[in-house]
Amino acid sequence: MTTRVLGRAGTATRERGEAVERSPRRGNWLRPALLTIAVILIVVFCLFPFYWLINVSLKTGADLSGADLFPPSPTLDNYDSIFRNADFTNALRNSAIVTVTTTILALVVGSFAAYALARLRFPRKFLILAVILSISTFPPIAIAAPIFKLWSDVGLYNTYPGLIIPYLTFALPLCIYILTSFFKEIPKELEEAALVDGSTHFQAFRKVVLPLAAPGLVTAGLLTAFFVWNEFLLAITLTSSSDARTVPAAIAFFTGSQKFEVPLGTISAASVVITIPLVALVIIFQKRIVAGLTAGAVKG
Amino acid sequence: MAEITLDNVSKRFPDGYEAVKGMSLDIQDGEFMILVGPSGCGKSTALRMVAGLEEITDGELRIGGEVVNEKAPKDRDIAMVFQNYALYPHMSVRENMGFALKLRGVDKAEIDRKVEEAARILDLAPHLDRKPSQLSGGQRQRVAMGRAIVRDPAAFLMDEPLSNLDAKLRVQMRAEVSRLQQRLGTTTIYVTHDQVEALTLGDRVAVMRSGLLQQVGTPMELYNEPANLFVAGFIGSPAMNFMPATLEDGAAKLPFGSITVPQELRERMGRVEPGKKLIAGIRPEAFEDAALAGEHHDRGCTFRAGIDVLESLGSELYVHFSVSTEESIESDELRELAVDAGGGEVPMSGEEGRIVARLDAASQVRQGGEAELWVDPARLHLFDPGDGRSLTSRHSAPPATDGQSPAGHEPAPRQDELEELS
Amino acid sequence: MEAATTRLRGRPSGGHGYGSAERRLAAWMVSPSLVVIALVAAYPIGYALWLSLHEYSVKVPGLSRWVGLGNYTDALTSGEFWSATGTTFLFTGISVALELAIGLAMAVAMHEAFKGRALLRTVVLVPWAVLTVVTAITWRTIFEPNLGLAPVLLDKFGLPGADTVWLGENGYALGVMIFADVWKTAPFMALLLLAGLQVIPDDVYDAAKVDGASTWQRFTRITLPLLRPAILVALIFRTLDALRIFDLPFVLTQGANGTTTLSILSYDALTKDRLIGEGSALAVLTFLIVMAVSFIYIRLVGGNIRSLTEEG
Repeated sequence: MTTRVLGRAGTATRERGEAVERSPRRGNWLRPALLTIAVILIVVFCLFPFYWLINVSLKTGADLSGADLFPPSPTLDNYDSIFRNADFTNALRNSAIVTVTTTILALVVGSFAAYALARLRFPRKFLILAVILSISTFPPIAIAAPIFKLWSDVGLYNTYPGLIIPYLTFALPLCIYILTSFFKEIPKELEEAALVDGSTHFQAFRKVVLPLAAPGLVTAGLLTAFFVWNEFLLAITLTSSSDARTVPAAIAFFTGSQKFEVPLGTISAASVVITIPLVALVIIFQKRIVAGLTAGAVKG
Repeated sequence: MAEITLDNVSKRFPDGYEAVKGMSLDIQDGEFMILVGPSGCGKSTALRMVAGLEEITDGELRIGGEVVNEKAPKDRDIAMVFQNYALYPHMSVRENMGFALKLRGVDKAEIDRKVEEAARILDLAPHLDRKPSQLSGGQRQRVAMGRAIVRDPAAFLMDEPLSNLDAKLRVQMRAEVSRLQQRLGTTTIYVTHDQVEALTLGDRVAVMRSGLLQQVGTPMELYNEPANLFVAGFIGSPAMNFMPATLEDGAAKLPFGSITVPQELRERMGRVEPGKKLIAGIRPEAFEDAALAGEHHDRGCTFRAGIDVLESLGSELYVHFSVSTEESIESDELRELAVDAGGGEVPMSGEEGRIVARLDAASQVRQGGEAELWVDPARLHLFDPGDGRSLTSRHSAPPATDGQSPAGHEPAPRQDELEELS
Repeated sequence: MEAATTRLRGRPSGGHGYGSAERRLAAWMVSPSLVVIALVAAYPIGYALWLSLHEYSVKVPGLSRWVGLGNYTDALTSGEFWSATGTTFLFTGISVALELAIGLAMAVAMHEAFKGRALLRTVVLVPWAVLTVVTAITWRTIFEPNLGLAPVLLDKFGLPGADTVWLGENGYALGVMIFADVWKTAPFMALLLLAGLQVIPDDVYDAAKVDGASTWQRFTRITLPLLRPAILVALIFRTLDALRIFDLPFVLTQGANGTTTLSILSYDALTKDRLIGEGSALAVLTFLIVMAVSFIYIRLVGGNIRSLTEEG
């Protein structure tokens, strides 16, 4: 849905761009000049704060109290120190494990449900989809205490599964929504051809639909991973130590414990480290992520 | 190899729409059967029920004598060619064609052998390792055919397989499909909305309208002996001319003159109330320039007409002329045909009716001039305006409507009708 | 269920055919998701309801007493709940409005800048990709008293506010929180709106030009009405997120200085004060408020969802 829409719109706009250039009124410079200013403003607005964080992370000691745009004496000391901090490295490991596991599980479980919703004929379909999607509106705080109690009782408190299971629940609605719209885009005739060719519904799903929905899987996977990597409330509620605590929670407590002497440099460095992978993914998969984010916004 | 039997098969969708109503059709082993009709007539649904892609609501479907209503498509041993080909975009031509065999667990060497043989027949050998996106429309179409023939299935099901090709390629592929089917001798059901395709390809043609089978027969039977107004209007291009008629003293009174109805037709019609309003149908080729009618001249009827439009195709001429009538003809069948033909007017529905005649290329008729035309009485069709039934056809049958079945079949009433009656 | 389907499809009894196999497969494919959701959403919500009707505290072992709606009346008569509700809605209203305005401006600019759009899209995704916790840390760093960028710059240009402890005062703290939220999510809004802009056909604009509409008229009479669905979806997403806001106030101020949102209030009751019953009541109230808003969501975009389940 989304990709096609964007693709078509892309060409339409190219034509329009030419029309703008041909436009005789308004002078030839005003419009491009305003546009350039707007673009610069957007770039500064979006990038500067994060740049500032990087800037701070490269400073130590007295430099920290100056508001220099560039670190006067750049140093990697802060990075060195956080990577020697076991709390941080453990948290990185925990985040990686929880994120990867949740993403894989969400894709497997979610693609099953999405395929059934997109293609199979069965009753109560709308109701089921509505129930699944309504989960995405749940405030995590409403389930934090009960899950905390439940996990304490069954021994899942402060463990990986203790985080993965609720994350899966919150990731599934988005996963299913995105995958359902991708599956809908695959021509139904392809599966019918597979059925006539002798496959079962499940084989048609595995051998024809899944390979063709690969872009959708990438999109859904990325958004799930971003969500899990970012999640904070459940992370602080359901973990208590570096055995399972993920990075957002670890960093927050990094600060909490030293309230009066904020280690600005190291916190900034840690923040940069946990953000860099996401920024890298954004750069690589810009198209796929935008497709996923806008899947619900544009009715294809 | 198998015969396919639809026994009073119906399809009702969950929203209550009945796409196919009590359809009964026997397709012989090795026969090339065409399902034709305007869009929405239920022909594709009927095919999809045979494929197992739609559940059958009522009735029985047998392939090779075995009831397959409850069987999944994969267990029906049928191959299907889709309108949009439905080639797997992520597989090469070779993988596309071999997919079904692979699913059946055929060993690799055997798959390769069969795929290559099919590729040879279809001229696809150089393209085996390409992806569908790298092929032209015609090549994709052949891959779709190839995917069906490597299977060596009990039957081929084809859903408008040529409709996405341009006109020239379509004619070429039409011949190829025909040749292939004869060569393989596999039972084939072919769905199309194009009556030319239907006439040229099929051993027999089944015409459908609104979920109901109208007439089944060889192309010539449908053309010469249409059972009702709908079939008469649907088959043939340019379409049959329709006009009001009354019968008096063995002659049909038509807007442009009276025609003596031949004895044979009169016998078939039986007794018709004198003065009863009828609808007459005359195909364009039943007309001729009176000067060129030759020895037939005397047994026909001649009349003068002002030629509005003249189209010369080189080998033949089409002339359009108008006749004035006091009355118009009303028929749901004709209205539906007009809508299907692109929203055109119902022929002869107004005060002025337009008639198309096909004349010999040697005719000296001129546009804007007046000409003496001749019409062959033996090729006159008369229809009952009430039910649309042909009075003159050997295969006469009213257009099947709900609860009725077309010529030659007398199925038991269905359960729901019985309930309605009681 | 089977019987209902049968009647719906109007088939005579007996023989469900391979269609029932399809339904069986569907059941198998959907059930893992439903099980997970039931386990981690339905059950806990039910449990939270149960807890909220009890006086229950970890401070007193074994205390679990039915108090009916007592926790709710306590919450609804306490100033804290209403102040947190006020804060939450104030935050939501201002930040979503600003995000819409800024996002719309960014989207229009990106739509015009057709050359660098791919690059701009990536740039715009950066704030979205920055973790909320890191966003909070970033802005806390920038507003750090004395050494942060904001006080230093204000001081340099002699502007008021240089001596303000931004995160330490009511009003200012909420302002920083809104600012941080706008930074993180206005670009996200811009992307949604850009996608909406891109599906508006260009000939509509050409027709308006021919009809004599000015640039501004084209924006208000054509762009905005046609963008309405995209704006609606973006507003809904953002509103639901903002109503549940937790990370930002937690890291910026730990909920102090007038930044206690409903989620923070419930969290504090549950963890700091260990009042499980009352905390659960607050959480349930938060849940109900968000649900009420999502009800509007379902009403407005239900058609979008339904189209996903329609037979293709």
